[in-house]
Amino acid sequence: MIAALLQAAPKSTTPLYVVGAYLLLLLGFSILNSRRARGSAGEYFVASRSIGPFLLLMSVFGTTMTAFALVGSTGKAFDSGIGVYGLMASASGIIHSLVFFLVGIRLWAIGKRFNYVTQIQFFRGRFQSNLLGYLLFPVLVGLVIPYLLIGIVGAGSVVKGISGVPTWLTGLVVCGVVLSYILTGGVRAAALANAVQTIVFMLVGVLAFTLISGSLGGLEQATKNVQENAPQLLAREGEIGHLQFLTYCFVPLSVGMFPHLFQHWLTARSAKTFRTTVIAHPIFIMIVWVPCVLIGVWAAGAGVEAPGGNSNAVLAKMVGMQLKNPWVSGLLMAGILAAIMSSLDSQFVCLGTIFTHDIVVHMTGERFNEAQRVTLGRFFIVAIVAVTYLLSLFPPPNVFDLAVWCFSGFASLFPLVVAAVYWRRATAAGAIASVLVAGGTWAVLFYDGLLAPTLAGERIGEDYLIAGMMPVTVMIAASTAALIIVSLLTQPPSAATVGRFFDED
Amino acid sequence: MTQKLSSGGKLAWGLVALLAVLHYDFWNWSDRSVVLGFMPVGLLFQALISVGAAVAWALVVHFAWPTHIEEWAERPADDE
Repeated sequence: MIAALLQAAPKSTTPLYVVGAYLLLLLGFSILNSRRARGSAGEYFVASRSIGPFLLLMSVFGTTMTAFALVGSTGKAFDSGIGVYGLMASASGIIHSLVFFLVGIRLWAIGKRFNYVTQIQFFRGRFQSNLLGYLLFPVLVGLVIPYLLIGIVGAGSVVKGISGVPTWLTGLVVCGVVLSYILTGGVRAAALANAVQTIVFMLVGVLAFTLISGSLGGLEQATKNVQENAPQLLAREGEIGHLQFLTYCFVPLSVGMFPHLFQHWLTARSAKTFRTTVIAHPIFIMIVWVPCVLIGVWAAGAGVEAPGGNSNAVLAKMVGMQLKNPWVSGLLMAGILAAIMSSLDSQFVCLGTIFTHDIVVHMTGERFNEAQRVTLGRFFIVAIVAVTYLLSLFPPPNVFDLAVWCFSGFASLFPLVVAAVYWRRATAAGAIASVLVAGGTWAVLFYDGLLAPTLAGERIGEDYLIAGMMPVTVMIAASTAALIIVSLLTQPPSAATVGRFFDED
Repeated sequence: MTQKLSSGGKLAWGLVALLAVLHYDFWNWSDRSVVLGFMPVGLLFQALISVGAAVAWALVVHFAWPTHIEEWAERPADDE
């Protein structure tokens, strides 16, 4: 594989050796650790609910930080300036932890008590509705697949930008490495690999920041360039609207409905395991995002042009242009791939788990024993990786715009999970109405805001807003209204169901 | 799965709410000034919001931890 990489690369091959060595080390570490696994379904799908605070923090953070956080944030700051941090990062520091605390811990408790493995199992049980499960299945899978594509396409564009390796080859290597360790070790292997990869990409991010600022003449000079050449990027005026800023806060609510995050929550040893994650998550976001945002505005100040007008290629260009040392370039490339793979692994495992439990096992009853379930899970993971890889060969032109739409889709389902854990009066009909309305409003706005302009060959420059607000505002308002109105108009859930999921007080 | 909040817990949640309000720093909207020689003031303020969020969440975890949830999770599911 390394030889193939070398043949394909017209630039220095040293960075590829560094990346190859990193991938081999990661693979060795993950496979070695996964040998300890006991091979049961509980171990493969939820790590026997035994993950401690440090691993939970690293796996949750590594999973939420994807190509969008590194490549997308730099590109977005290049276009819109420093306001991107307040828009996406500091808000997430408050809201992600809020969701972990108020929703994540409760879902962990319910999952442990009733031995749930997937989000759909929980919703089926809570609302006593098979239909809701079948409705959620295509919605959740349909929203995760574009999210996976973002990672594979992002990895390809970064490696191509730095070393010239074709994107199809990078995608193949990344998918192959991730597949190798999750097939053997399941969600525990994903958590362990995420811990390593999160440490790597955070250290490498700090290194990139230091080296890039140094190559631009130091921190002060790098910012001075922006003051002289692109001063508008140092503030939000003219770049981000007030209502857009305020309503963007709804987007991070998406973490409450990410199925891969739900699965990581279930791996926690105890509720106390969440403490480190809740506290450290905002700081970790800051460590990753502040350097990326500064690199983005510095690139604009230094007169860097986005290759082909694609601002998402700015990070790769800055690393490639500013860092002449191929060893360092290789290290940075490995760091960026680490961030991307730490999301891909959890998402692949999660989709395999959903197919196994929510479709096959749900429809066939207890026909499959534990070992057969693990085999089924592995089969589905391979199939999903293959399908996603094939889709990544024909990426949509606005793949990073797709990210915010995916997050908005998950966020529009957030009222459902809140009602499921806090509102006893929420009914199955209300839940179904909420999912249908969320899906319907998402589809209409997605068509109008991204699909139609893309099909017409228009390049999306501006954010798609409704009366100055993010479209997610409309989606959440509509799905919440549907949930409340239909629940109140229909028969309340039985006392037995309420008693199962809510404490007597 | 509910519990009463102590005064420390109320204070901790109040700090989270305050940070959520301060996050909308309209007074920095058009301020292009730079502090420490390189840091745009709007970015520094938002980075401090992140630091504040970690502190606020530490206080929530300390003063408003939902101990009852863990007890509920450990109870056998068939006791109801």
